[in-house]
Amino acid sequence: MAMLEVTSLGISFGGLRAVDELSMKIEKGGLVGLIGPNGAGKTTVFNMLTGVYRPTDGGIRLDGQNLIGKKPHEICRLGVARTFQNIRLFGGLTVLDNVKTGLHNEITYSLAESLFHLGGYRKKERQMDEKAMELLEVFGLGNVAGYQASNLPYGKQRKLEIARALATDPKLLLLDEPAAGMNPNETGELMETIELVRERFGVTVLLIEHDMKLVSGICEYLYVLNFGRLLAEGTPAEVLKNPEVVTAYLGE
Amino acid sequence: MQKLKKYAATKAGRDAIISFGIVIIAFIVMQALLAADMVSSLLEGLLVPICAYVVMAVSLNLTVGILGELSLGHAGFMSVGAFSGIVAATCLSGTGAPEPVQLAVSIVIGGICAAIAGVIIGVPVLRLKGDYLAIVTLAFGEIIKNIVNVLYVGLDSSGLHFSLLEQRFELAEDGEMIINGAMGVSGVSRLSTFVSGFVLVLITLLLILNLINSRAGRAVMAVRDNKIAADSIGISTTRYKLMAFVISAAFAGMAGTLYGLNYTTTTANKFDFNTSILILVFVVLGGLGNIWGSVIAATLLTVLPEMLREVGDFRMLIYAILLIAMMLFNNSPLKQRILEKRGMKQMEKLEKAEQSGKEGA
Repeated sequence: MAMLEVTSLGISFGGLRAVDELSMKIEKGGLVGLIGPNGAGKTTVFNMLTGVYRPTDGGIRLDGQNLIGKKPHEICRLGVARTFQNIRLFGGLTVLDNVKTGLHNEITYSLAESLFHLGGYRKKERQMDEKAMELLEVFGLGNVAGYQASNLPYGKQRKLEIARALATDPKLLLLDEPAAGMNPNETGELMETIELVRERFGVTVLLIEHDMKLVSGICEYLYVLNFGRLLAEGTPAEVLKNPEVVTAYLGE
Repeated sequence: MQKLKKYAATKAGRDAIISFGIVIIAFIVMQALLAADMVSSLLEGLLVPICAYVVMAVSLNLTVGILGELSLGHAGFMSVGAFSGIVAATCLSGTGAPEPVQLAVSIVIGGICAAIAGVIIGVPVLRLKGDYLAIVTLAFGEIIKNIVNVLYVGLDSSGLHFSLLEQRFELAEDGEMIINGAMGVSGVSRLSTFVSGFVLVLITLLLILNLINSRAGRAVMAVRDNKIAADSIGISTTRYKLMAFVISAAFAGMAGTLYGLNYTTTTANKFDFNTSILILVFVVLGGLGNIWGSVIAATLLTVLPEMLREVGDFRMLIYAILLIAMMLFNNSPLKQRILEKRGMKQMEKLEKAEQSGKEGA
């Protein structure tokens, strides 16, 4: 059975049908791309998968469990983490605290322990520090742990967002245009990071991307969306040869 | 010593050391001055209100600075705390318990009642955001004021009696009225002392700084910085918003009890919109999210108008000009430049560290 199963998913905003009859299957450990021209509904799909939008029809199942109607924070606890197209960090917090916030449901202690700094507070905080630093080191952010997140350069903010998402210990990681605004060097580095993340943390990755080099370089399977409908699916080589896909991207 | 140094290097440590430092030094200086009899009776009378306002400012900073929601009804919680605390103190006065114990129990009861009010108001209000939330909290503040204005509470040997709008109960001969509608309370035994105020300030600072620097506090700040992202990493935003709001209300209630038990008479109109705004001014001037800033601003701005009494008619004029000057400084290009420089330095350090790292490799 596939890990993520999306069946004839659809959503309407008033009269606008943003996504229609979308079906996807993602196997555990896969690295799958979701591509399509601007406005095709890719981010809307992510928003439905993470509970930000409630689909008008269709179903989403993660390891057989229904995700429809669940709140975003509940879906996160079930093992779906994401990053955002326009970076959404906790700008006022330090880099380290951003990742520690991601560990919110991984290492827990009560409100009373928070208020009085008693009981497990010290031990749990130390565990959090260690685990967060470990994650930051993976992304080469260890030396900036104490900096305010909003002071980081763009590329590092993207990495920090991925680190924060991984802190929630997800089964499925959704990356929304991770390479947006990056130069070719940074994109190359990012590709390596994504591969590394998949191996090291054993997560399944679904990513939205425009950078064809990145998509064809690392994705095993692609879904192409156009005007909210599935246009094509298959391996990168198959999909990129598909005349319909070429037309959707380049026009007639 | 080593440990202290390491602690001071973190932002949380610095904040805690500065906050406690200011409060403890101010307390010691005041005690010395009091012992030397060098304090005017005017200032002496202000000591407890200052403590109450510091607690108010710090607790409102939790809502406005840390949670990031503008609340204009904070005096309402102070009112709930003040009157429930006074009722509690009156009930306790017959027990023969030592005064500090009576005061402590009353403060706790005042805090709990305000926390309950916080839950009742927070659940509907926190569904809103921004200006809408501010307006509704303002309305709730006024509602609380008007309810207390028509509240009658009496105590006699058979227990407490409540009624709204008019006094609908008869007290036994040994009974006494506690809250008498718009006349408020009178004949309260003044339990609050400067030392108890100081202790309450310390407890408030300790708990709120602890909270900020913990799992729950980080969750609250995450909600403030980016609600959608906080949701996406599994934080229940509703829960943490309500939690911060209720804790903030509870401390406002405790400050209210301290304040109410400092005067023999109190009316509901003391805790009106102006008081809410006054406290908001403390928080904004002290800096949103800056706890020790709130402590300083609350102290200075409580003392200042009294000190300015000497200039007579010009008092409020000068007060207003000083407020504007402080606001201007807080938003001035000068201060912005200082802050920017700090940010730039971080970036530069980062780049340098990276270069040396690359050279090393």
